[in-house]
Amino acid sequence: MEEVDVEPTTTPIPGVDSKQKHLGFVWGPGDILVYETIYKASGVSSGGCPFVHEVRKDEDIYSPILRKLFNESHHIFVGLQGVKEDLPSKNKKPQFVSISKNYRSVIRACMEELQQNAVSTQDATLATQYGNQVSILLAVELIWNLCEVLFIDAAPAGSLLLHLLDWVRLHKADVDEKARDVLQSESPTEHQAYWDVVISYVLQGRMDEARQVLMKQAALQPAARAMFKLLDNLLIKMPIFNPSGSQTLTEFDVKWRHWHEEVDRCLQDQSFASNPHLEVICKILVGDEDVLLDHKELLSTWYHFLVTRLLFSQPTVKPTELHYYAQSSMHMFLDTRSVPEPLDSIVLAAFEFDIHQVIKDCSIALNNWWFVAHLTDLLHHCKLLQSHNLHFGSNLREFLLLEYASGLFTHHSLWQLAVDYFDHCPEFGRVYLELQIERVPLDTERKALKVLRICEQRQMTEQVRSICKIMAKGALRNNRLGSALSWSIRAKDAAFATLISERFLQDYCANGAFSDLDLIDNLGPAMLLSDRLTFLGKYREFHRLYGEKCFLDAAKLLLSLMTAKIAPQSFWMTLLTDALPLLEQKEVIFSADQTHELMFCLEELTSEKSLPKPDATMQDEDIETTKIEILRLALARNLAMAIVKEGTVEV
Amino acid sequence: MMEGINAKYVSQKISKTRWRPVSSSSLQQPDIFATGSWDNEDNRISIWSIGENGVSSMDDEFEGDPQLVCEHKHNGDVMDLQFLGQDRIVTASSTGAVTIFRHHHNQTLSVCQLWERAHHYPCENAPCTGIVCNSPEIVTVGEDGRIILFRADQEGVMRTIENADSSTIHAVTFLRTTEILTVNSIGQLKLWDFRQQANEPSLILSLTGDRVPMHCVDRHPNQQHIVATGGQDGMLCIWDVRQSKAPFSLMEAHSAEMWEVRFHPSNPDHLFTCSEDGSLLHWETSSNSDTPSFLQGGRNTSLISRSAIAPSGNQSLVSAWLTGDSGKGRLETTHMLPSQTLSVNSLDVLGQCLVCGTDGEAIYVNRQVPI
Repeated sequence: MEEVDVEPTTTPIPGVDSKQKHLGFVWGPGDILVYETIYKASGVSSGGCPFVHEVRKDEDIYSPILRKLFNESHHIFVGLQGVKEDLPSKNKKPQFVSISKNYRSVIRACMEELQQNAVSTQDATLATQYGNQVSILLAVELIWNLCEVLFIDAAPAGSLLLHLLDWVRLHKADVDEKARDVLQSESPTEHQAYWDVVISYVLQGRMDEARQVLMKQAALQPAARAMFKLLDNLLIKMPIFNPSGSQTLTEFDVKWRHWHEEVDRCLQDQSFASNPHLEVICKILVGDEDVLLDHKELLSTWYHFLVTRLLFSQPTVKPTELHYYAQSSMHMFLDTRSVPEPLDSIVLAAFEFDIHQVIKDCSIALNNWWFVAHLTDLLHHCKLLQSHNLHFGSNLREFLLLEYASGLFTHHSLWQLAVDYFDHCPEFGRVYLELQIERVPLDTERKALKVLRICEQRQMTEQVRSICKIMAKGALRNNRLGSALSWSIRAKDAAFATLISERFLQDYCANGAFSDLDLIDNLGPAMLLSDRLTFLGKYREFHRLYGEKCFLDAAKLLLSLMTAKIAPQSFWMTLLTDALPLLEQKEVIFSADQTHELMFCLEELTSEKSLPKPDATMQDEDIETTKIEILRLALARNLAMAIVKEGTVEV
Repeated sequence: MMEGINAKYVSQKISKTRWRPVSSSSLQQPDIFATGSWDNEDNRISIWSIGENGVSSMDDEFEGDPQLVCEHKHNGDVMDLQFLGQDRIVTASSTGAVTIFRHHHNQTLSVCQLWERAHHYPCENAPCTGIVCNSPEIVTVGEDGRIILFRADQEGVMRTIENADSSTIHAVTFLRTTEILTVNSIGQLKLWDFRQQANEPSLILSLTGDRVPMHCVDRHPNQQHIVATGGQDGMLCIWDVRQSKAPFSLMEAHSAEMWEVRFHPSNPDHLFTCSEDGSLLHWETSSNSDTPSFLQGGRNTSLISRSAIAPSGNQSLVSAWLTGDSGKGRLETTHMLPSQTLSVNSLDVLGQCLVCGTDGEAIYVNRQVPI
């Protein structure tokens, strides 16, 4: 067994004192059920508790705003699975980057909505909850963005730093807000945050914006104009790598070194000695680590420090060198005493290109599988995950997708989304879906049809049968024979169709009329599903023919029902009784041969019935005997008439 | 085609979408619609606005983004939803209840009439599956095979046809003021005449032999004998109820259940269908007469809404939907949604505006339907 990575957290169950009571539990796909057991320690006996507690691991799935995240990302996920395998990887990369950006924009949209709700709500606990969700999503987006830069886009030296700068700017956007405050104040240069804004811009490499703000100060100090001009020049001249230009990385490097030396010279010359602010800026430009570390407040995170440090000392840093700078930056920035937060470790792992560590740490830190499942899937499509086999389940991607989808399936409404995730888990997805889909509560036929469609599209015959059976049984319970029959026909469930046909026949015997004619008259080929259903359909056809006075056809059909053994023998007496009016017609309907056959049927029936049934009353017996007598008489008379008629015709 | 389409995620699976009717004299485009949800722990009916008034349109980008006006809890899934005039909404519930909500001017919703367990089995609830309104009359159908006639202004039930169908009735529409059409789960289209006392359909039409369940029905707004239905196999059927017992034409439309079919109320050469397969189709047939199609039928003067009965159109004109084989090349279909996988459960079209709702918890609004 592996060691646990983190100590498990304790969830107290309200109203249960776990020191005194013993708890039992059952695993569910997403939740667990917890109950008190009647465990009697010596001497202590107390009544059982009637409550079963449902413990949810994942509350986020119930957040209406996060539901949008699940729905929108489902759409992106399905699109990603459709990316053609055979495309050359060169063409695929921009596609994957754009998919990654789509995922992130969905996260951002959710974050904004949560933020708005957090501000507008009156409920303090709700506001905190929204706030927490925002900070989780912020972290998630930060990690995703970094993974996009490092793994998916895999920018080479030169572009790498540009992407990292964008990443830092996006996640440290409070500078702009502060700048707005400063610039809109009555005298910006007097504003206490003025220099913070200038320096923050410089730290993020936003030189044009820094210069604009600096200009305000320069205008007020004509005496120091030359000095401001000098710094302005340094800022303008700072070379920025242009990946789409013709310049090679080496050329850029040479140019950058020249600029760096020039900045260094200005520092040596004490050009800015008279203005400590400008001197600090100059020291930042030259990449002075001590000065950078003096601005921890403005940098706020070690990875901002890392990117700024690279910007002013190693702008052509290669991906392979990143880990070295990352580690040292983290150590320089964080107090030796403080333990790195989970986010710090995850970001560091990313800089070390340890994808599995990133995924693992995220899985531990976040309570929802959404993020790891989607990120892992994307990385898998980028062919960045070596076949990292787990000692359980399939591979990492499939494991995470299955966990995420199972969570969705526990939700009363989001279960539909899970189906597509299961579809794209080649090894166990099908089994998971089979087990889960049967457990979807079916309140209406429309919902049942949707579930059936899912099963039928995937040739899940067993589940189709089971769902139809559930529906058929429900209909039968409510005495809706027609619906019940339709469902069993759809499931091709012969046994159940037989059962329902029996019910129809019983009803007919009891009431003397068929119910649900619209259905029985329209059975068509479905009639062949079960013998009893065939009989039902044919028997009804007999009645129709009789009603339409097609006596000859009716008689033929009636006889064939018995001779071809379509009718169950228990029903023969009814059929023979139905023959009575035909026998009593003025016209001869049954021929001599047919009459013989009818007589034979009657004899077969009576010989088997010779043993009196123990439970039959005397009265019943009498009626039965009378019926047989009447039948025999009618048959004999018909036979006589038929012989006469047939003889006459032949002569 | 997909330009001008606006998606909004609403955190609930949408079962029905309906425009609020507008008065045709004002040539206004609709700006308010109602939605119903299904399969949620708490289902709701919601009123949305895409109009400018009441909505701060700071950004052009967000123009037309539906804004929630008000909502109300709904017991059970909303199985069907219809406007009854401008300010009342009738809903069918999976609990079997039929409810009339009132949309007040102060933008609130309240229940103004409730028939609980209108549809039911002896012991259990039976879902009510469809509603059609012709103010003040309301007709509902259900899984219990009943057809019930209500009046919005009366508490009691006007008439019940018990055992109208041995299987589930999936949808209902008015053919004429006293006649309704129902479709059921064994592929039958039944015509009922309320003037007759007998509880028997006056006509049964069916798809021969196939027993393919039908899920939706709509009547041509001007030529009442033309009816469109859609069913489980995703086929679109056009029927001429005067002439034959089998469909006039069958067209392959969707790869799964067709949940709703709608003739455009004022330009019925256009028809719209949506399906479990996640697509929404726009069908256009060009009529061969020189008369512009908007002059072919009579126009309703009060309200344009599918629940309103339009005066009979010019019967001598052959509808483009019934021109048979020659119509083959002239029937065009266009997909109206970007690719998506989850069911489009409902659509409604009025003027140049189309709204639909999906199981992907999104509402799509298109305000530039090319008609």
